[in-house]
Amino acid sequence: MQDFLPAAFFELSPAEWTAIRLSLRIATVATLVSLPFGIVTAYALARCQFPGKTLVNGVVHLPLVLPPVVTGFVLLMLLGRKGVFGPSLAQIGIVFSFRWTGAAVACAVMGFPLMVRAMRLSFEAIDRRLDMASQTLGANRIWTFLLVNLPLAAPGIIVGAILAFAKALGEFGATITFVSNIPGETQTISAAIYSYTQVPGGDESAMRLTIVAVIIAFSALVASEIIQWRAQKRLGRAE
Amino acid sequence: MIEVDVRLKLGSFSLDVAFANGAGVTALFGHSGSGKSLTLGIIAGLTKPDAGYVRLDGEALVDVARNIFVPVSRRRVGLVFQDSNLFPHLSVKQNLLFGRWFAPRGERRIEFDAVVETLGIGDLISRSPTLLSGGERQRVAIGRALLSCPRLLLLDEPLAALDMKRKLEILPLIERVRDEFDVPIVYVSHAVEEVARLASRVVVIDGGRVKFVGDPADAFNRLANSPAMNRFDRSSVLTGSIVEASAPYGLTKLTHPSGTIWIEGLAGQPGGVARVIVNATDVVLSLLPPHEISARSVLWGRVANIQFEGPIATIEIELKEDGPLLATITRGALEDLSLKEGSHVYALFKTAALDERSIGVANA
Repeated sequence: MQDFLPAAFFELSPAEWTAIRLSLRIATVATLVSLPFGIVTAYALARCQFPGKTLVNGVVHLPLVLPPVVTGFVLLMLLGRKGVFGPSLAQIGIVFSFRWTGAAVACAVMGFPLMVRAMRLSFEAIDRRLDMASQTLGANRIWTFLLVNLPLAAPGIIVGAILAFAKALGEFGATITFVSNIPGETQTISAAIYSYTQVPGGDESAMRLTIVAVIIAFSALVASEIIQWRAQKRLGRAE
Repeated sequence: MIEVDVRLKLGSFSLDVAFANGAGVTALFGHSGSGKSLTLGIIAGLTKPDAGYVRLDGEALVDVARNIFVPVSRRRVGLVFQDSNLFPHLSVKQNLLFGRWFAPRGERRIEFDAVVETLGIGDLISRSPTLLSGGERQRVAIGRALLSCPRLLLLDEPLAALDMKRKLEILPLIERVRDEFDVPIVYVSHAVEEVARLASRVVVIDGGRVKFVGDPADAFNRLANSPAMNRFDRSSVLTGSIVEASAPYGLTKLTHPSGTIWIEGLAGQPGGVARVIVNATDVVLSLLPPHEISARSVLWGRVANIQFEGPIATIEIELKEDGPLLATITRGALEDLSLKEGSHVYALFKTAALDERSIGVANA
């Protein structure tokens, strides 16, 4: 046992730490930035009728069904240095290509459908008559959203955010296509694992990062279960 | 003052309803699917009518011709639903104060303590609404609507989801709300007892049309004559003045221009008025003044109309200064007494047959 797994196995190298820190940073930024958009989109899809709703729904869910490489390539064409919006964004100082911010954009786009789905379900589960009650008590739509819908959907919103966060940690295809695989800038855990498996003697590093990835993903899932369970108990729906 | 005159077409159903009332309780009475809840939704602003208007104290809440539609949140009408719809993420106290926060500062005339006291919900305020019983939830819902200091209170079958015991607990509370807080109420119900007890004006709605507008006694006496009513649903509303409460027996004596009515319990003050609903099947007829008989409420009147339904006859007895009293007896009894239109009879009913639901009291 001692020979097979030396104690040093559990020590992460600086390069591995960099990949983990970068992954966490990218996933956190991707989740937090997409959160308000996710909430508004989910609420609009759950509660509002507007022209083009089916189209919006389709576009939101597209990254879920497209090959990630295709999503990455579309991002490259839209936001890349020579993309449709890239040059104008560069003029106001926003550059995504080969930057960690670009990786965050790719992760946000890939995680968005998961986030919206969870949130939409929890908005839809709210009894519409609570909206009516709130409005007859004098709260307009915005106050009703803030005081009734948002707190009641909070468990779903948190679960959606956790799902998007976990998805961002594991995102590979879109990120590597859009912003490549640059250690210290765009090399996330997944990309690092891929790189390590491509070099001789990289298996140990790959294994360590795999364990880290499993721990983070598993914690996220457990956290989302606990949040849902507690919310249901608080609202008296626990079985 | 509430004035409603609205029309709305929904698929094959068409609603065309008009009525007006001042203070007190206006009851919208009808079967389910008659359009009474839809009318309430139009008043609240949850549904837009195709044509017409709703005015509250002269101000248009909706007026299709003038292109006015005040959004729900600015109408200041409190709405209480059949299932209370309390906010499950807020405490009872937060629920109660929800609407108050949105009421204009100068118009928060209804006080928190007064509402809590009237509805008897003081012990509940720190609890979560998910832990309340149906009756408690409904009391909190009424309090929540009241505390938004509404200009009009809309109650949509507030007792329909409750069992009889809870109904009897809450009905007097609604009477107190009616009498203590100066808010006009529109009350939707298909329960005769609730409406007869609470309302000062009844709007009978059927198939989207107003069939009758008037005071409860007239409304129900008219309804009782309609052939669609089952004989067990036939009842009459009588109004008497309170003479005395006879403490040793726990009874209250009412005088009626045509006789005397005894009701259970020590209700109201002498000089007050009580309304009693008498089921037609509980009435016994006699040609002679009754004596040595246990039924104590006796009214004397003239047979105005007889209708047959197989072996059963429904007799309408004309009383002095009040709506007719209905009695259902068998055809055999009718012939034995040789009752005809124009005969005079004594109508008797048992005090014990009048349950709490069927007695409403208003102090003079």
